[in-house]
Amino acid sequence: MQLLRKVYRFGSTKHRFASDIKSTNRQKMNLFQAINNALDIELGANPKALLFGEDVKFGGVFRCSQGLNEKYGTDRVFNTPLCEQGIGAFGIGLASVGYTAIAEIQFGDYIFPAFDQIVNEAAKFRYRSGDQFNCGSLTIRSTWGAVGHGALYHSQSPEAYFAHTPGLKVVVPRDPIQAKGLLLASIRDKNPVIFFEPKALYRNAEDEVPLDDYELELSKAEVVQQGKHITLIGYGTQIRVLKEAAKLAEKDGVSCEIIDLQTIYPYDGQTLVDSVKKTGRCIISHEAPQTCGMGAELSAYIQERCFLHLEAPIKRVTGYDTPFPLVHEPIYLPDKFKIYEAIKQSVNY
Amino acid sequence: MIFRISRSCFSSISVKLPSFKVHHLELDQLPQTATTTSAELLAYYKSMQLQRRMEIACDNLYKQRLIRGFLHLADGQESIYEGLHAGLTFDDCVITAYRDHCIALLRGDTPHQIIAEMMAKQTGSTKGKGGSMHYYKKATNFYGGHGIVGAQIPLGTGLAFAQKYLKKPNVTLIMFGDGAANQGQLYEAANMAQLWHLPAIYFIENNLFGMGTSIDRASANTKFYTRGDVIPGIQIDGNNVFQVRETLKFAKKHCLEKGPIFIEAMTYRYHGHSMSDPGVTYRTREEVQQQRKTRDCINYVKNIILENKVADEHQLEEIDNTAQNEIDIAVEQAKVDPVPPSTELTTDVYVDNQNHFIRGILYKDSILPKSQ
Repeated sequence: MQLLRKVYRFGSTKHRFASDIKSTNRQKMNLFQAINNALDIELGANPKALLFGEDVKFGGVFRCSQGLNEKYGTDRVFNTPLCEQGIGAFGIGLASVGYTAIAEIQFGDYIFPAFDQIVNEAAKFRYRSGDQFNCGSLTIRSTWGAVGHGALYHSQSPEAYFAHTPGLKVVVPRDPIQAKGLLLASIRDKNPVIFFEPKALYRNAEDEVPLDDYELELSKAEVVQQGKHITLIGYGTQIRVLKEAAKLAEKDGVSCEIIDLQTIYPYDGQTLVDSVKKTGRCIISHEAPQTCGMGAELSAYIQERCFLHLEAPIKRVTGYDTPFPLVHEPIYLPDKFKIYEAIKQSVNY
Repeated sequence: MIFRISRSCFSSISVKLPSFKVHHLELDQLPQTATTTSAELLAYYKSMQLQRRMEIACDNLYKQRLIRGFLHLADGQESIYEGLHAGLTFDDCVITAYRDHCIALLRGDTPHQIIAEMMAKQTGSTKGKGGSMHYYKKATNFYGGHGIVGAQIPLGTGLAFAQKYLKKPNVTLIMFGDGAANQGQLYEAANMAQLWHLPAIYFIENNLFGMGTSIDRASANTKFYTRGDVIPGIQIDGNNVFQVRETLKFAKKHCLEKGPIFIEAMTYRYHGHSMSDPGVTYRTREEVQQQRKTRDCINYVKNIILENKVADEHQLEEIDNTAQNEIDIAVEQAKVDPVPPSTELTTDVYVDNQNHFIRGILYKDSILPKSQ
């Protein structure tokens, strides 16, 4: 097994869906353990992989890098000072000379000092140098989304800012099995990827995760639940909320098809279009504010291709256009009741 | 309460200041002693006790889950806030990071408003919309209260620019920690301040740890008072309220005549970085206890009071009880205050509050926009 790992990527299997993985060699893990496992595999298989960020050495504030410094040493897993712009830029530099740079930004809300580096440098590196240089082996991992008490600066979902930047890829997993496969695929993808990890799920989401080295395809959406009457599209923590809303709708005889976008950009438009052509109705849901969120982009894309198939306007159930609030979080979030209501409005249009 | 004190309230007591470390300055420009009075000593003592009790009360409320989210306590650092209150005026601007409760207290908020804000109640300092990290007070030029590390530094530099532009005889105190000293935006801001001779005091609260990372593992140069390069700097004992006060008075004079200055105040926080940090994984319990025993800022003032027979132990205990009582009343009041109504979710996003439909958790609690 160790020998296989050392022959880089020979031991890795690529899958479209997690359900395709036939391995029985599994262990119960939560999200941070699955991420930890993925990082462990990559650091073990790829001697040029480096993991760095604020507080990663002792295991990370969310335990994602637990044990990795002890196993691989401080020249592979190390701390940076408190400087997001520095972390981002440093990662780009490392990646451009062929290292696999896995940079951690502790909270997605703090990614903005690095925004210039990511958008102006990382995303355009290959394009501006006519493919002479690239920073494809850069992956930026960051935490993401509401956590119940995070308020303005520990709850943001900044995926839309990066989805607006060609040259980048943006990925958000919904569960431990997806997280491990998508993270390994993101690290090994030859383009800079921003990997957002839903912090609310670090301890809460558990699954029997295969221990093998496996990747799940990027830019492929997954139909999480088959349905006939309406398509619900979301990603990350929101998939759970969509499932609960679908249960409420089921009592009314409405069968919901739920799709996890997985890769936010470049997204798998075909799966979405196929589904909406079948159901004729669509709701897109995310925590981020409504204006110019992913809901806006996906609505435009779907209606361009499914206009004659639509039985009702595409609805977006999202956070409000305000900063992420403090005590008003339960009212702000797009919960199952808001989605259920949108389903009813769509079905009765 | 009448204190029987052996000296009159107005006779002065001289306090010898600890040594300074300077950068691009002459030591003889700085004072060696500070003068104080009995009344002033007791006032400092009472105020610092109030700060300390308030922080401890917040710790308890957090453990009872009445305060949620992120809470960063400043107990151990009270002398810095007391010193800045004594050394500057309300016309001088203050801006800081998230360890801001004590500054809010000294800049005019009551303990009730501060605790209510942390509990996200309507009666809080910022209507319950900001929480522990976001206190502001326009009337006393307190510009907050910032969650993003280092973001307040260029902001504060802008305030200093405005003061100079408007020819005000005032300065801006820009506070940040040892961890934030590695943010690039500090150097951008400091460069502008020096270039344009802005009245900006860059004040570093060095409590030796940035979250769990010690200063020597984060900074190549841990002499933070020299990090301003050509900008003069002073290192002081932040736990000595008199040294903080006198240094700020000197700094204000310097800023108004010459330009920016860096001040590094050595201090220590008893709590961890926040309530999710036990504070003993990167430092020993013995170290924390040692700091409490030998360097506590309130004990320093207490010893001066006792040595100079300004008051006795019993009288000081009465002050402690008064402070505790004040905090207890504030806590009880804050507990019964209401949270801000749902309409507050969409107010203050822009100057004109737009009418929004806000769906309540139950549909019947929804708020319709006024036009409907």
